[in-house]
Amino acid sequence: MANSVSPNLPKTSAAMPIPAGPGPIGRLGPGPTGAKPRRTFSGRNIMLYGALIFFALYYLLPLYVMIVTSLKGMPEIRMGNIFSPPMEITFEPWVKAWATACTGLNCDGLSRGFWNSVRITVPSTLISILIASVNGYALANWRFKGADLFFTILIVGAFVPYQVMIYPIVIVLRELGIYGTLSGLVIVHTIFGMPILTLLFRNYFTSLPEELFKAARIDGAGFWQIYLRIMLPMSLPIFVVAMILQITGIWNDFLFGVVFTRPEYYPMTVQLNNIVNSVQGVKEYNVNMAATLLTGAVPLFVYFVSGRLFVRGIAAGAVKG
Amino acid sequence: MTGQAHAGRPNKLFRNLNSKIASIPMILTALVIFLGGTLWTVVYSFTNSKLLPRLQFVGLDQYDRLWDAPRWIMSIQNLAIYGILSLIFSVVIGFLLAALMDQKIRFENTFRTIFLYPFALSFIVTGLVWQWILNPDFGVQSIVRSLGWTTFTFNPLYDADIVIYGVLIAGLWQGTGLVMCLLLAGLRGIDEDIWKASRVDGIPVWRTYLFIIIPMMRPVFITTLVIITSGIVRLYDLVVAQTSGGPGIASEVPAKYVYDYMFQAQNLGQGFAASTMMLLTVAIVIIPWAYLEFGGKKRG
Repeated sequence: MANSVSPNLPKTSAAMPIPAGPGPIGRLGPGPTGAKPRRTFSGRNIMLYGALIFFALYYLLPLYVMIVTSLKGMPEIRMGNIFSPPMEITFEPWVKAWATACTGLNCDGLSRGFWNSVRITVPSTLISILIASVNGYALANWRFKGADLFFTILIVGAFVPYQVMIYPIVIVLRELGIYGTLSGLVIVHTIFGMPILTLLFRNYFTSLPEELFKAARIDGAGFWQIYLRIMLPMSLPIFVVAMILQITGIWNDFLFGVVFTRPEYYPMTVQLNNIVNSVQGVKEYNVNMAATLLTGAVPLFVYFVSGRLFVRGIAAGAVKG
Repeated sequence: MTGQAHAGRPNKLFRNLNSKIASIPMILTALVIFLGGTLWTVVYSFTNSKLLPRLQFVGLDQYDRLWDAPRWIMSIQNLAIYGILSLIFSVVIGFLLAALMDQKIRFENTFRTIFLYPFALSFIVTGLVWQWILNPDFGVQSIVRSLGWTTFTFNPLYDADIVIYGVLIAGLWQGTGLVMCLLLAGLRGIDEDIWKASRVDGIPVWRTYLFIIIPMMRPVFITTLVIITSGIVRLYDLVVAQTSGGPGIASEVPAKYVYDYMFQAQNLGQGFAASTMMLLTVAIVIIPWAYLEFGGKKRG
């Protein structure tokens, strides 16, 4: 497995596409390998870009529908069609979704869920990355007898459906007295983030030149010293990748939020679902779409800002196992 | 580090102590949660646990009941339809997109950003958007009708026969970008000389893809299939958000069955049996693959 996986990270990043800038695309470095384009306005190019634009529109459509719906008033939604741009732009649905939308008896809007999600995501991300990076470091440089066995169990465990492990975790958390609390949920996220993150860090640390590690050993540095003063500063990019992976993953989680917290701690996704799919009251589609956009805003922001690193995180996630 | 142990006998356990201490969270997670938790659930699936887990074995009773339950049968059918179609379509569309992206196009980053952004969104968001787009009174159906085709019917979310396809549309929208990314990375790993050689020989592009490139990308395809499959079995949030399992039980899935029996119907035994079946499904896919991937080779 080490043979097939460990060189994968650097390779994937090297295989990232060259920027699509103006001018002829150079032949430097690994780039697209498909057939060579002939002329700019050949029939082939029209087909090619036509197909790409068609797909792009299809993928963008839901985002567009969300945005225009959230900016319309309810009367306009009732008469119009969902694709038409708003005649009169109103931000009222956004305000309502954020501050006064109701879930059950609570009418303080999605803001509560947002802050809950922040309180879940921040510590979960930090703790899971901290633990997984140390794990990966131990696996890469300080392998002890049996380490590979535990690691294999961890990776295989990543494929076990969560539903199989949920109830035992409920029991463990209940015994510890933290079932239903935020710290319980943080532990759960740390556990389920561990396989992929450990793999990510292990592969990265393995790819670093071993001489560095050996030199530090000869100079008398110990386990933690090497980690803090050599490995950590050298691997900031992979920490960013791990953070992107965790922030989007934890923010988007629904199942763990429902199972492991009490209603007052529900993360944003759970609250969103409760707001939109509540049976009582008149359906306010514009508020629903504003709430949906608000919930999607954080991962979308991370995605658009991080760009290529997000892809790299996915590529790392892809080789899990 | 791993060197042949020739250290003094007394401190064998303490060799590399810091590394062992640092690995405690990993060891605990692997042994207690992943291994222990899984075994625990499997063992308790043979008991008649109701509100609380009890070790009172009843053999295969829970499984008999499970396979007699119409809702479970429906869940399995839905998962099979969703799973097979989702595998086929996401690989076909994903590969098509990847091949299009690999034609030395301009604005590649822009296109990739567009194809992949749904993957950054949660299934809840995905489900709710598509619930709105497929809404019969305002969405696609009403628009086509308002264009003049007044008998047009496309109402997947309220039609029990086709509701799972409504879920599939949303699932594909969310997941194909990922498949494209994986396959594109695979395409980029193909040596350019292959393309040159096939051009020299005058082989049409589509034949080169079909008979040379795709066979060469077998490992990438297998990894992709495993990733998609393990995601499919977990299908839960999307259904909860988009249809809540309805209309009736028409869009129920196994993961939802497990959750409902464990945490709402207070029938733990059923939940454990159902989750064990989910585990079995994954195992059928994963074990042969893991055997190919891990088996034989010994890590150095």
